[in-house]
Parts: sequence; structure tokens; C-alpha cells
Amino acid sequence: MRRLLSDRRGSFGAVVLCLTLFVAAAAPVVTTGTPAAQPDVVGARFLPPLATDRHGGFHPLGTDRFGRDVWTRLAYGGRVSLSVSLLAVLLSVVVGVAVGAAAGYATGGLTLLLLGITDFALALPRVVLLLLLASLWPPSAALVVLVLGATGWMTIARLVHGEVRTLAARPFVESATALGAGRARVLWRHILPNALTPVIVATALAVGNAIMLEAGLSFLGLGVQPPTPSWGNMIASGRDTLVNAPWVAAAPGLALALVVVACTLLGDAIRDVYHGETADGKRET
Amino acid sequence: MFAALGRRAVTGIAVLVGVVTLTFVLLRLSPGDPAARLLGPSATAAQLTAQRHALGLDQPLAAQYAAWLGRFVRGDWGTSVATGRPVRALLGDAWPATVCLVGLSLLVSYLLGLAVGALQAARRGSRLDTALSVASVTLFAIPGYWLGLMLVMVFTYWARALPAFGAAGLDAELLVGSARLADRLRHLALPLATLTLIGIGGVARYVRGALLDVVAQPFVTTARAKGLPPAVVLLRHALRNALIPVLTLLGLSLPALFSGAVFVEAVFAWPGVGRVLVEGVQARDYPLVMAATTVSAALVVVGNLLADAAATWADPRTRRGRRAA
Repeated sequence: MRRLLSDRRGSFGAVVLCLTLFVAAAAPVVTTGTPAAQPDVVGARFLPPLATDRHGGFHPLGTDRFGRDVWTRLAYGGRVSLSVSLLAVLLSVVVGVAVGAAAGYATGGLTLLLLGITDFALALPRVVLLLLLASLWPPSAALVVLVLGATGWMTIARLVHGEVRTLAARPFVESATALGAGRARVLWRHILPNALTPVIVATALAVGNAIMLEAGLSFLGLGVQPPTPSWGNMIASGRDTLVNAPWVAAAPGLALALVVVACTLLGDAIRDVYHGETADGKRET
Repeated sequence: MFAALGRRAVTGIAVLVGVVTLTFVLLRLSPGDPAARLLGPSATAAQLTAQRHALGLDQPLAAQYAAWLGRFVRGDWGTSVATGRPVRALLGDAWPATVCLVGLSLLVSYLLGLAVGALQAARRGSRLDTALSVASVTLFAIPGYWLGLMLVMVFTYWARALPAFGAAGLDAELLVGSARLADRLRHLALPLATLTLIGIGGVARYVRGALLDVVAQPFVTTARAKGLPPAVVLLRHALRNALIPVLTLLGLSLPALFSGAVFVEAVFAWPGVGRVLVEGVQARDYPLVMAATTVSAALVVVGNLLADAAATWADPRTRRGRRAA
């Protein structure tokens, strides 16, 4: 952990993610508190960043076409975007680890079947799958969690499969079996804990990806529905006012890019620290 | 070499059959009756029964599935609910635009990505390397639709230099010769730039890693020991070997590229498969969505086969019929 934080990328990623989570969690405190509030639709609309409206309200990121405070919506949108993405990734990690562990530890037909399904799902464009699913069910935040989870588990399954296969051939697994541990116990207590690091790396990347895709679906009007703010539908609503109020679309996009960069860098740093430890310094960190 | 490609082709066909099966299963799993969805809320019970019969919904599932597969193979993909046009004609108009956009973007982003990655590997650890790494991670993290909007803001609204919508101007039919080509290129500029910029980041990251792996191998030391200039070692010895994993990546990254293209097409109203898909989804036009899904998968499968062929060709070990280690 200390080595992770001494890595510049790791500390940057961790700090950005902690700040974002803090702002999202403390949204009622750090903002005006009501993302849908339209106190003065005519007088306060399209105020540029750092402006003060005629009622004395300060708008650090300006206002949108309904006079809503962009900073407030950004913080509340972050709540929605982050929780939807985290839940979706949690779902895909659970499914991915289950499928990967089963495929890696089982033999014969089951392995082939699970790997076949995984490769099939990997060969399709994820957004096309998402759109297909989103077209058949009515849009909602829960649907976004489900479809993102259902289309995101394959890389993790592949990773876990590979790790489990390698670990199952190691002497400590043999000794656990020799001591009388059952197959389920060997898998759960001895193999899976050792396969976790690559899963954590993949999870960090998957969170970034899920945030982007959630915003993409909401951008197309298939995800979180207005007036509930999410970063995606904020970008979509700012699209119509690009000329006179570019900050409405720019702010959520920048927030999104910052969080995704943070996830990527944190993932890279975890991987390098992990490799440095296992390869005993042979590989540069 | 041909045997391996033949196996890949069989896998590709299996993927397509899988997609058609998946669309069938999802359509049956989704809430609501397809006949009711097709006819709308004002349909009478008699109309619904007739429509169900016409769609074959009153037959056993196995027969429905066989009929579904058969219709796809024959190219009978039904009629678009929203536009009333045959789905096949809609997609027939759309796929060349997508292939043009994705193909050009692939070419440009791999050329630039190779150059950037090679530069980074040659100047490893320098400030330039760090700066380019930061840039490529950032590009990798920017959502395509947002980057597209920002480019529109700068180049269309502020600079008034480039058009933001469609593949050709309203007067395109009246233009001839070079003016027509210029019109096309101007419309292509922003979508291509968006898709390429988000692609370069990933390629550069990968090329840098692949090159650094190759550079650590003994034959590179030999080349250096022979006294070859560093540029020759990098370009002729290392890059050629790093090309094999990069070409493999090309095949693997095609689904992601298509995903990006869907958003970019939607933002720029580029008349490709992605836009057809998005409009179909927004209009709940499910025959169109099903077929657009299958066509996207088919384009990815064909692209994968081409990438495999390129990777096999680039590696003399597999060209002679032996598998690479």
C-alpha cells in the first residue's frame, strides 16, 4: 500500500478518486443542495462560471438553460454516475470471478462451454450489446446496472481463468489437497485469494470504462432519465447550448475524463507494484 | 496458414449464428408481445392474432427459431417499424459509411500510434516519454461523444471551418470533381479526427510496451553490438517484431473501435450502421436493431479475419506453416 502511494500515478489516482467520492457523498453540504432547483429561470440562466446571480447566489461552474447550478448538478450527477458504475462493476466482478473460477478449476465440457460463451461475448462490440438490451426494456438506472454488469464480466472471467489454471498447478495447492481440503475449500481459501491482484487491476480499469459507458447510454437518452442529473445526460443537455454556454457540456465531460484517467493510472500503478513484488525486483516498477 | 485462417472463418460463422440466436432469445425474454409492439396500442384482438400468425408466433419455439435463422440467412430481415422501409435496404445504405469511417480511422490511428509509441520507446524515461504517456492515457479516457462535441464547438462554432453533421453537404449532388471530393473530406474531418484521437492513445500505450519487450531480447543486443545505428535497430529489427502483437491487438480492438464509432456516428449524424442502430433503439424499432446488431457483428468478424491474415503474413514463422511460439 505504501509503495502504491509512493508511485506518482497511484497517489494521483487515489487522491482524485477519493476527492470525487467525497464530493459525491457530501453533495448536500458542498453545493446548494437541490440539483433540480430552478430559482430564477429567466434571470439566472446561462450564467458563465464564477458568476453571481442577482439574488446573490454564487455559481462556480455557471448555470444551464433552466438557471440550474452546474456545480450542484455535477456533484449530484456524480452520485448517480459513480454508484451506477460501481454497482455494475461489482456485478461483473462477481459474475466474472464465478465463471472464471469454474472454468479454470472444472475440467472437460463445462470449461469449454464457459470459455466459449466468454469468447463469444468478447467478440461483440459492447456498445452494440448495450444498445440491443436497452432497446428491449424501458430505460432506468437499474437497467443500466444490469446491462453494464452483463456485458462487462468477460475480461475478468478470462483473467481469473488463467490465474486459477496457473495457481492450481502450484505446490501449495497440492499440499492443501494432501492435507485433506476439499475442492471447494481449495478453490475458495487457497486459489482465489492469490488470484485477486489482477482482478483488482481489471476492476479499476472496468470502473473507468463503466463510468464512460453509463454516461454514453445516458447521453443517448437510454440511461438515467432527466431531470435526475447524471454526467451523461448533462453532456447531452449541454449539446444544444454549445454555442452560448459551452461550460454546461464541458464540465461533466472534464469530470468524467479526470475520473477515468484516475482509474487507469491507479490500475497501472497497482499492476506495476504487484509485478515488482512477485518478480522480486527483476522487473522495473 | 490457410488452415488456420479457415478455422478462424468457422469461428466467425459460429459467432454470427450466436448473435442471431442471442437476438432471438432476447426478443422472447423482453417484456411485451412483439406483435403488439409492431401494431401499437390501438390494435384489436383479431389484428393481434393475425399478426402473431404472420410472424409465426403461434408456432412452437423450435420452429420459430429455425424460421428466424432461415430468414436471416436469406437476407429477409423484415421491415423497419419506424420508417416502413425494408431493413436490408436501410443497412445496405449504411454499412459502407461505417467501413469507410472505421477503416480510415484504424489506418491513421495505427500509423500515428506506431510513431508515437516508437518515439516513446526510443526516448524511454525522458520528459517527452512522460508527457506522451500522460497524453495517451488522457486521450484513452476521454469519451468519444464528448470529444466530438468539443471539436464541434471549436471547429464549427468558433472557427467556422468544418461542418459538424452528415457525410455530405446539402448541395453535394450539384458539385462535381474536386469540389465534391473536398466537400466529402470536409465532412469526414471531424468524425475521423474524433475516432482517431481516442484510438491513438490505446495504440501508443501498447506499441511502447511491445517495443520495450522486444528491445530486451538478445537479437537486439546483437544488432547493437554489430554497431548498427540506434534508429536502424529500432525501425528494422525491433519494430518489425513488435508489429506481430500490435496486429493481433488490431483484431482484438475492433469491437471497441466499433463501440466508439456508434457514439461518434450518433454525434456527427454520420450515416452509418451505428447511427441506424441508435435511431432504431430510440424509436424501439426492433427489427432494425436486431439486424443492425448482426451487421455490426459481421463487420467485426470480417475485420478480425483480415487482422488475423495480416498478423500471419507479418510473421514469417507462421507464413511457412509453423505456429509461432
